Amino acid sequence: MNTLIVSPSPHVHGKESTRKIMGDVIIALLPAVLVSIWFFGLSAIHLVCVSVLACVVFEYFIQKVLMKKRSTVGDLSAVVTGVLLALNLPVCSPWWLILIGAFVAIGIAKMSFGGLGQNLFNPALVARVVLLVSFPVLMTGTAFHAPETGYLFGNSDLASAALDATSGATPLGFVKEQLAKGVSMQEIMATPGLSYTQLLFANMGGSAGELSAVALILGFIYLLCRRVIKPWISLSILATVFVFAGILYLGDSSKYVDPVFHVLNGGLLLGAFFMATDYVTSPMTAKGQVIFGIGIGVITVLIRTFGAYPEGVSFAILIMNATVPLLNKFQPKRFAEEAQKK
Amino acid sequence: MRTFRMGGVHPADKKISKDAKIEKLPIPKIVYISMAQHLGAPAAPCVAVGDKVKVGQIIGNPTGFVSAPVHSSVSGTVKAIGMVNDLAKRPVNTVTIEVEGDEWMEDIDRSEEIVREIKLDKKEIVDRIKACGVVGLGGATFPTNVKLSPPPTATPTCVIINGAECEPYLTSDYRVMMEMPEQVLIGGTILMKALGVDKYYVGIEENKPEAIKKLSDLAPKYPGVEIVPLKKKYPQGGEKQLIDAVIRKRVPSQGLPVDTGAVVQNVGTAFAVYEAVQKNKPLFEGIMTVTGDCSKAQRNFLHRVGTPLSFIMDYCGGVPEDASKIISGGPMMGKAISNINAPTLKGTSSILYMTEAQTKRKEESNCIRCGKCVGACPMGLEPYLLNKLGKAGMMDELEEHHVYDCIECGCCSFTCPAFIPLLDTIRQSKAAVMKIMRSRPKK
Repeated sequence: MNTLIVSPSPHVHGKESTRKIMGDVIIALLPAVLVSIWFFGLSAIHLVCVSVLACVVFEYFIQKVLMKKRSTVGDLSAVVTGVLLALNLPVCSPWWLILIGAFVAIGIAKMSFGGLGQNLFNPALVARVVLLVSFPVLMTGTAFHAPETGYLFGNSDLASAALDATSGATPLGFVKEQLAKGVSMQEIMATPGLSYTQLLFANMGGSAGELSAVALILGFIYLLCRRVIKPWISLSILATVFVFAGILYLGDSSKYVDPVFHVLNGGLLLGAFFMATDYVTSPMTAKGQVIFGIGIGVITVLIRTFGAYPEGVSFAILIMNATVPLLNKFQPKRFAEEAQKK
Repeated sequence: MRTFRMGGVHPADKKISKDAKIEKLPIPKIVYISMAQHLGAPAAPCVAVGDKVKVGQIIGNPTGFVSAPVHSSVSGTVKAIGMVNDLAKRPVNTVTIEVEGDEWMEDIDRSEEIVREIKLDKKEIVDRIKACGVVGLGGATFPTNVKLSPPPTATPTCVIINGAECEPYLTSDYRVMMEMPEQVLIGGTILMKALGVDKYYVGIEENKPEAIKKLSDLAPKYPGVEIVPLKKKYPQGGEKQLIDAVIRKRVPSQGLPVDTGAVVQNVGTAFAVYEAVQKNKPLFEGIMTVTGDCSKAQRNFLHRVGTPLSFIMDYCGGVPEDASKIISGGPMMGKAISNINAPTLKGTSSILYMTEAQTKRKEESNCIRCGKCVGACPMGLEPYLLNKLGKAGMMDELEEHHVYDCIECGCCSFTCPAFIPLLDTIRQSKAAVMKIMRSRPKK
């Protein structure tokens, strides 16, 4: 006679697993990674590999050696953090910068809170911001120049043409610089290399993941089709940025950046599609998610327009991450409650 | 196409035994008829050891308003009255009968002929259903006559016959609709008359197109009936979900389904009502499925209540080598069998064999806060939170977050990518919270 299992119902499980979800996120990030490799060749590969490897090794080391527990690197969440971190760094980041980033992301932002699911802030973004305030020179402005060695098999002609156009700064940084000099928006937008087509397909100035809006949108669509995420957070961020920036632009179009430019800039799409939608650090219910997205949108435009930094998506997401426990107080619509009101 | 509007999951269908016609299972040599075959107070045995009984003779009297009589499913001699273990090895008061021949009570109409004309009036119907021990066969085995006697505060407006059969594998309701479609519709008409309403619906999931067609073809002959095809989604057959799907009304929290005007009865129950009212036949037989991917047999049976499960298993060629879990009911809400010698009950719907690979729980990992359980919960609860509150024993917070609304459908555990057995904790918390709520003085 067989030994019978007698655990309570349900007796079957769906096909979902953490590892599968993380795998889907990695697939969704591939277009952005490939665009980066297409343009920057070896340096992009170097960036992604070092970042992923470092994140996985840090997680394994902390769990196995320091905490003497079973390691959970098999769930692939460290790989996701690694890819996201890489996409948030300049392509030519030196290896030690990536290592510090990986340590901050995994060691400080994730494991010290209790590992996957326990962290309050998005690990890759914590790392990006720590690096941004600690190594401003390496993380802004001319740092986005790819070094000559990076062109081993990247598409150098395209890359250098774009870089020449915006003198190496990120488009947002360039615009902010010019505005400060008193140049009007209309003149700035006439600069070659700032066209929408370029933003859509290949905008050279930015971190590795910000190069192409189309690549990011492809990944986003994949996540939606696979039902990994719901669109509420991403859409409410984009809509808020568009509307808020639109109001400013309508107020004075010579001083404020136009809303389409705001939305298409890689940093926002990367943040809205892949960083803000991180399960662990975003609200559970649709209502909470929409408010979360609106918050990120407003803070992003405020920082970009009035703040000291040209880009504010990372800060905006981290600030809103802190509100998630509060936003989770928004309860879902109860099946039975609605009936009672009638 | 209609469906319920909140949550739900899509487990694989697996209706392997759907084309197997209902066979009469042989009568075993000995049957064990439980006195607790229904929700509510168990029946009290009204026979003595040594008594001769006939098929359909009453052997247990109801002991309260929510209770039901129990009838003998065989003819023979009462051998023992006492505790016999049920399928979870809990002792239950049981009448054991040694079978001799197959002699039925004379007042049962055993002809095959379909009786269409309903002669009894409203009150007689309810009394007959009560006397025949008819209980809900959709899973909860709630005494049917109680559902047909709604409190004066509620006004019934329609009957909904539940042909959703949303649990994977199970095919007994499907076979009833395919082989006894007219009886089901007559049963529905009787239920309508019993409640004094003039409308009834039969909700059937779209994965059973033949049943939808069969009943739709017969429907014009039965005024008041509307066949409602439903989009396939689990737990469509849940009472609250089915009402929402069919008439777009929601049962209030802690309210009765009839507060929406709807009274829900399973197709199996409608058939039992037909047999009770038109044929004067008490409920002592049931229709069940023997199935599973690893099962040698894929069959549907008409069994006598009290037949040992092991008898049915042996009749079907024994327990498959690789079966690791045997379930009575569907894979989402059924009960795992620990005692294969336990007898069948009125509400037994299946013997389902599952392999270790299909059913063994995976090791749980950290909650990644994906919110999939919140999205899957058909009652709009937050299973991840209830699980956490339950583990911390925070009873007030559990109540605040409506743990008592949980219908234990298992969608949360089914969908959790971290393999957290959410329902295990929530089920316990719900019981604890409801105990506290009941102990409060009534206002």
